[in-house]
Amino acid sequence: MNGFGKIRPHTIIALVEDRPGVLNRIASKWRQRGFNIESLAVGHSEKPGLSRMTFVVDADTNAEQVVKQLDKLVDVVHIRDVSHEDIVSRELAMVKVKADRQTRSHVIDIAEVFRAEVVDVEPDSIIIEATGDQQHIDSLVNLLQDYEIIELVRTGRVAMLRGPEVSHPHETEEEEQYERAPGVHTW
Amino acid sequence: MVMEAFLREGVDTIFGIPGGANLPLYDVLEAGGVGIRPVPEGVEPKESPIRHYLVKHEQCAAHAADAYARVTGKAGVCYGTSGPGATNLVTGIANAFMDSVPLVCVTGQVISALIGRDGFQEADIQGITIPITKHNELVRTVDEIPRAMQEAFYIATTGRPGPVLVDIPRDVLQHKGKFYWQDKVQLRGYKPYTNGVNGDELAKAVELIEQSERPIILSGHGVIISHAYAEVRELAEKANIPVITTLLGISGFPGTHPLYLGMPGMHGMYWNNIAISEADLLIGVGMRFDDRVTGRLKDFAPKAKIIHLEIDPAEIGKNVKPTATLRGDARSSMRELNKHVTHRERGRWFQWLEEMRRDHPSIVIRETDEVLPQYVIQQIYEATKGNCYVCTGVGQHQMWAAQYFWYDKPNSFITSGGLGTMGFEVPAAMGAQVAAPNDTVWSICGDGGFMMTLQELATIAEYQWPIKFAIVNNNVLGMVRQWQELFYKNNLVATPLKNPDFVKLAEAFGILGLRAQKKLDVKPVIETAMSHPGPVVIDFQVKYDENCYPMVPPGASLDETIDQPEYAYQPKRVSDERKVAAR
Repeated sequence: MNGFGKIRPHTIIALVEDRPGVLNRIASKWRQRGFNIESLAVGHSEKPGLSRMTFVVDADTNAEQVVKQLDKLVDVVHIRDVSHEDIVSRELAMVKVKADRQTRSHVIDIAEVFRAEVVDVEPDSIIIEATGDQQHIDSLVNLLQDYEIIELVRTGRVAMLRGPEVSHPHETEEEEQYERAPGVHTW
Repeated sequence: MVMEAFLREGVDTIFGIPGGANLPLYDVLEAGGVGIRPVPEGVEPKESPIRHYLVKHEQCAAHAADAYARVTGKAGVCYGTSGPGATNLVTGIANAFMDSVPLVCVTGQVISALIGRDGFQEADIQGITIPITKHNELVRTVDEIPRAMQEAFYIATTGRPGPVLVDIPRDVLQHKGKFYWQDKVQLRGYKPYTNGVNGDELAKAVELIEQSERPIILSGHGVIISHAYAEVRELAEKANIPVITTLLGISGFPGTHPLYLGMPGMHGMYWNNIAISEADLLIGVGMRFDDRVTGRLKDFAPKAKIIHLEIDPAEIGKNVKPTATLRGDARSSMRELNKHVTHRERGRWFQWLEEMRRDHPSIVIRETDEVLPQYVIQQIYEATKGNCYVCTGVGQHQMWAAQYFWYDKPNSFITSGGLGTMGFEVPAAMGAQVAAPNDTVWSICGDGGFMMTLQELATIAEYQWPIKFAIVNNNVLGMVRQWQELFYKNNLVATPLKNPDFVKLAEAFGILGLRAQKKLDVKPVIETAMSHPGPVVIDFQVKYDENCYPMVPPGASLDETIDQPEYAYQPKRVSDERKVAAR
């Protein structure tokens, strides 16, 4: 239930320098072209000094142009649109549901079906932690609606390619093929 | 530290204004703004003196550095203090960003402890300039200064050039630190050298050129930036293809070359716009198929396949879908291409072009006693024979300067293309004159634009730069008036200008002021200006309601170009004469 009808959100992953202002630069480009960031997850990557970001952006147009623009940012080491690739994606949700003596076991049953964990139980409420892809979480939330959701918090999506392939290939050392222009302008 | 970085980068010119936050940058300059003290070890100050020029508004510092960079090919450097000093640079930075000009802007920032606390003269200039810089950085410790400066120059000048802003708090500037310098800048996220002339694409491009019967080269700013003058000429001559230059590509190809066709687009030559619509192949070199070039995009070049030579991957496929793409800087890409192209006679194509030019001359100057702006430009050309730099602002005068002047000196046309910044003409002429002190610099000004930056006449008078300002004065914001006339039922709101007496104004600054009110005045006034050793301001009182043609109405396609409406009188057309002479 992404709220954007038929429009398919894009999943974009990026490896970026772990520095202040990086998010600002990236977000600024999305804003400029009118993309709404539906979710965003940032954390350390396997490479020191580099963070890994996963964006989900709504798009009624091709995001290719923006991705190219983002790739030009000095702080963006590598970026790719994995919307059409074979990926594993997960998000995490915590749902605080109203639950008393009568309803508690029903809620726990639902949680179990969704392989979700109960992380906090109080006399009138219960917190369920669930992990899965977006659809999985959506379904769980849907079912829990019956029991009055007090609070819902979801992380952004994180995604990586299936199989042995690296999502962000290591940069190979490139030979400097570029010749700086001479100082004088002559025909 | 900043200064030492400048010396290592070969900086010799800074434009700027001091203020509270960037005073430490000034404290190392010798009195008068020449040289630095103390002299860093191993640097001979006389070999690379750094000269600072005090301008009157930071916008002009950025524009002057911009023009300086365009003329020299080096990064232009400008200074601004925190807050308003930095925000005043913004227009200049955006201008350089749109036109891919290497600029290093160093701004002072309030002291670290005050950042984010609304300190006096604080502005988040890093945040403000994110969308208009290639990169920017707020330096937080003194040890980062050398790295930040080295990276700034590297990023600004490599790949597709652009402006870089380095913001340094005053306390960081005042700290002592150890200077270091890397042999080679390594940035994980910035690889400007991916020069990939792909073999398959190259073969495809060569085949397209060989098969093409009606090809055109569209030569852009990239040709000038990468100094690909010889290469584009070789491509044109070897493969026998006519050349059109975009506005910023003007003076990237000899203006009197027989294969040269002039400018395309909104105010381009009629024959060019029709030719693009008829062409079966467009070779775009270092240009980005901007909307002012293409007209209505969906009807742009309907019969043509496109080869795109471009350094910036984000430009490839942005506006048009190329059949073949050569990625890399214009010079090396064309060198590869030139190895394989062969001569092909294209008699019918050239004959067709010839007929188009005969039937639709586009640039004609009517016989009248009034001062026509086109005549003014043409007379400046006649007086200089193109051996000068021409700086322009934005508007009608800019288009006339692009149409009625034959740029035979490489990289001699300095104009604000992408951003279209009125007022660019005055500071740009300063930058060009500093970059080329022995050359003549003509600044062709609109009266509207001139009024935006004329405070710099004080700077020009101070340094006695012998710039010739030709104000194409129609007492109106001409291009806007033209749009009002053509598209807004002649509702002339807020366009007529009540200008000052430009001659008296020039004199108030201690500059020679001249005026031409009749056609007969034009020539002698230009001659007087040329023989005057110092700066000159000429007020050319031109016809109020002259329109700039040809014109593609906004939203129309190139084949809907409106040509010059009047052919009552066709004077000797310089273009034809030159063409004949050149052959």
